[in-house]
Amino acid sequence: MAEIDDNLAQREAIEVDRSKGDFKYEENYAFDAGVGLSAATVDYIAKVKGEEEWIREFRQKSLKIFQDMPMPTHWATADLENIKFEDIRYYLSKGQKPVRTWEEVPDDVKKTFERLGIPESERKFLAGVEAQFDSEAVYSRMKEELEKLGVIFCGPTEGLRDHPEIFRKWFGKVIPIGDNKFAALNSAVFSGGSFIYIPKGVKVAQPLQAYFRINAENFGQFERTLIIADEGSEVTYMEGCTAPKFETATLHSAVVELVALKGAKIQYITVQNWSANVFNLVTKRGVAEEDAEVRWIDCNIGSRLTMKYPGVVLRGKRARGEVLSIALANDGQHQDTGAKMIHAADDTTSNIIAKSISVGEGRSTYRGLVHIPKTLSNCRNNTECDALLINEHSRTDTYPAISVRGRKNSVQHEASVSKVSAEQIFYMMQRGLSEGEAMSLAVNGFVNDLVKEFPMEYSVELKRLIELQMEGSVG
Amino acid sequence: MNAVAAAPAGVLDVALQSAETTQFRAQDWFAVLRQQGWHTFQSLPMPTRDNEKWRFSDARTLSLDGYAPAPAPTSAQVADLIARSRLVSDAAGLIVHVDGHCVLKPTLAPELVAQGVVFEALEDAVRTRPALLQAHLLKHPVLLGGDKFAALHRAWLRAGYVLHVPKGVEVKQPFVSVTWTLTDDVAVFPHALVITGERAVADIHDFHLSAKADQRALAISAADIHAGTGSQVRRLAVQAWGSATQSFQVDNTCGGRDALISSVNAAVGSRRARLENCVRIDGEGADVRLYGISVATGEQEFDQRTLQIHAAGHAKSDLLFKNALLGKARTIFSGLIKVAPDAQRTDAYQTNRNLLLSPDAEADSLPGLEIEANDVKCSHGATTGQVSPEELFYLRARGIPLAAAQELLAQGFLEEVLAKVGHAEAAEAVRGMLREKFHQA
Repeated sequence: MAEIDDNLAQREAIEVDRSKGDFKYEENYAFDAGVGLSAATVDYIAKVKGEEEWIREFRQKSLKIFQDMPMPTHWATADLENIKFEDIRYYLSKGQKPVRTWEEVPDDVKKTFERLGIPESERKFLAGVEAQFDSEAVYSRMKEELEKLGVIFCGPTEGLRDHPEIFRKWFGKVIPIGDNKFAALNSAVFSGGSFIYIPKGVKVAQPLQAYFRINAENFGQFERTLIIADEGSEVTYMEGCTAPKFETATLHSAVVELVALKGAKIQYITVQNWSANVFNLVTKRGVAEEDAEVRWIDCNIGSRLTMKYPGVVLRGKRARGEVLSIALANDGQHQDTGAKMIHAADDTTSNIIAKSISVGEGRSTYRGLVHIPKTLSNCRNNTECDALLINEHSRTDTYPAISVRGRKNSVQHEASVSKVSAEQIFYMMQRGLSEGEAMSLAVNGFVNDLVKEFPMEYSVELKRLIELQMEGSVG
Repeated sequence: MNAVAAAPAGVLDVALQSAETTQFRAQDWFAVLRQQGWHTFQSLPMPTRDNEKWRFSDARTLSLDGYAPAPAPTSAQVADLIARSRLVSDAAGLIVHVDGHCVLKPTLAPELVAQGVVFEALEDAVRTRPALLQAHLLKHPVLLGGDKFAALHRAWLRAGYVLHVPKGVEVKQPFVSVTWTLTDDVAVFPHALVITGERAVADIHDFHLSAKADQRALAISAADIHAGTGSQVRRLAVQAWGSATQSFQVDNTCGGRDALISSVNAAVGSRRARLENCVRIDGEGADVRLYGISVATGEQEFDQRTLQIHAAGHAKSDLLFKNALLGKARTIFSGLIKVAPDAQRTDAYQTNRNLLLSPDAEADSLPGLEIEANDVKCSHGATTGQVSPEELFYLRARGIPLAAAQELLAQGFLEEVLAKVGHAEAAEAVRGMLREKFHQA
């Protein structure tokens, strides 16, 4: 019985449905970079954080690139034009330093995360957790035994200050500043996020988790994550995100870099449930060295517009890359997601499985890139993308790009679009389910084989989120 | 005509273009159409690689300089090329162009003439059938990125043919058009205008050929196909220009209710060849089949862009493009299926298969879907790979040398599309061209 209760508590602990995320606390910030973006804003952020000169220069250089680069609207949606960069607040913090015990967290922030169930979940099953409130982490804790093994789990400021010999080498290397306009923006104003180092041979059995929360209106959150898994190590990282519903649009633009050294394994899990006015423009990429594996499990349910194409650069022989992606687009939402696989060594393999569901007038888009250059041999890619359209005006697009040269390389790509068949619905309704329940069950069945790949707590949550989104979509 | 012969200026010369246009003084509408083409051409920039519709194309080496219209060929040259144009023995009619000049006008059987079938040189039809042409000529929008080239085609439009098969007329034999380039650096702009009436049946073979294997030329061709209600249009288009040719082909088809449309695009020649093939389904019950086949060798670039637009529901379209690549060749397949918001009960499929027979060849694939209706069945698939080692082993174990075994397997790979040609003699002609490419490579 105790065990069952425990399980229940776990499930409840990570409930992050819409209604739960939709609350906010009064804003009283000690540090506020003001509205709009200029060289002065960037200097302010660097100064508040007490960063070294090279970081300030990195930020200023990025700002210049951001300002010079055009919006990618020649291929991306024109909705990007609706982001008002001049109205956004780029840095807000209460002057908090991440604390080690939950009791030390300021009350209102604590309440925010308690309402979202963060601290309990940590106690139950996480190896470490970090919670970010607007620009800065408010709470960071990791199990002591991991600390003893040399695992580092901190924010970018601390990471670059306290462990430059580990992090500086890879910082901004997997995703260079000029990679795209939003990566440049993040590089200019980044704050918060997770810097993680797993030493050689250390296998972290339980996942590390970060939780991101936007509390202030017109705020832009630009967290930066860098995970380095040294030779033969293994780690799973999970992130979740919410924001209250504001009147105006909010911007979230993160950069996530993963480095899996020889034989290492990194699994990165995202459940994105931003409120439906957040522009979520994220650059995520991993490097996999010899025999290493990088696996992205990416689930997008919230936001107004998400543009996110997790990628893996397969740099060492026999490296493996995988992206499993689930997207659900409801009215007013556009989930523009996908994957990139850049093969850069012999005998590398990659796998992409993407499933999207469009409800109401929602639009989901798959964009993919698979690149195998001519010097390579024995590389393989498999891509499957399936789209499910629920209502008459639901929309889906698929835009893969595949480029293959070399010897004994092979790729296969398949995509299909379908709807829930009338026969399926009829069958379930005959057995007493309402039309809505039947539809919800069919949709959960459609994504089931992917949901199974999530850790149990997340897959339960995901199913619930999907059910919630399906409410009122039929009948 | 004299102006053209005397001044060897290029196709980018405004004086030359308007001098030719003045020949159509009496056909006001046609002169205006050419002028519009010229203005559009000048207003548009050359495509660059960051244009999504030109992604993967080698846009840097695009050049229109140095190509000019050529004078009419001599009668000896004409006689030779007409003899080489008889690729199909049962043609309902044959029209032959050399360097943009019509050298053989079709003669139709009296019963076809009596049924109202029209198969004429475009420059004659401009004068004799202005109403038919004004209703159909270049009415399709150019959606796949070749606007600038299509505009230049319009500006220099003169060569080509018009085929009109009226309501209820079924013609079983193919209408054959053969277009040659003969002079080096010639620019040609062949046009195919096809209109089928209700329940009409037409079979068309278009051959684009060069007199010599390494012909240098610029070819910007276009096809306008209007398939009427319940009509059947089957087209074979063979691009086999000389190996130093730049080819741009902008084909547009619209299909009415219950129309059956099938096309096979075979690509053999040119240094670079871009095919834009757009089909719009306007009526329910239409059935569209698009096939492509190519053998790319040396440093050839075959750039294939296709668009299947389902503007009406309850219709079907299916596409299969197969490319075999040797040497340092490159193929780009970019296909899109677009299903309009109300086109429910659409069945649309798209498949691209590339066979890499050399480690230096490159196959790029951009299969796309844009679906705005929910009650549809749509899928696409793309594969790129090599000849299977087991199959190779099987043949080699029976004493067949490696090169021959590879060629046999590659030909087997292409046979699936050749089988769709539906005319044994024409299919054999294409098969021969493909085979020759393997032997050259």
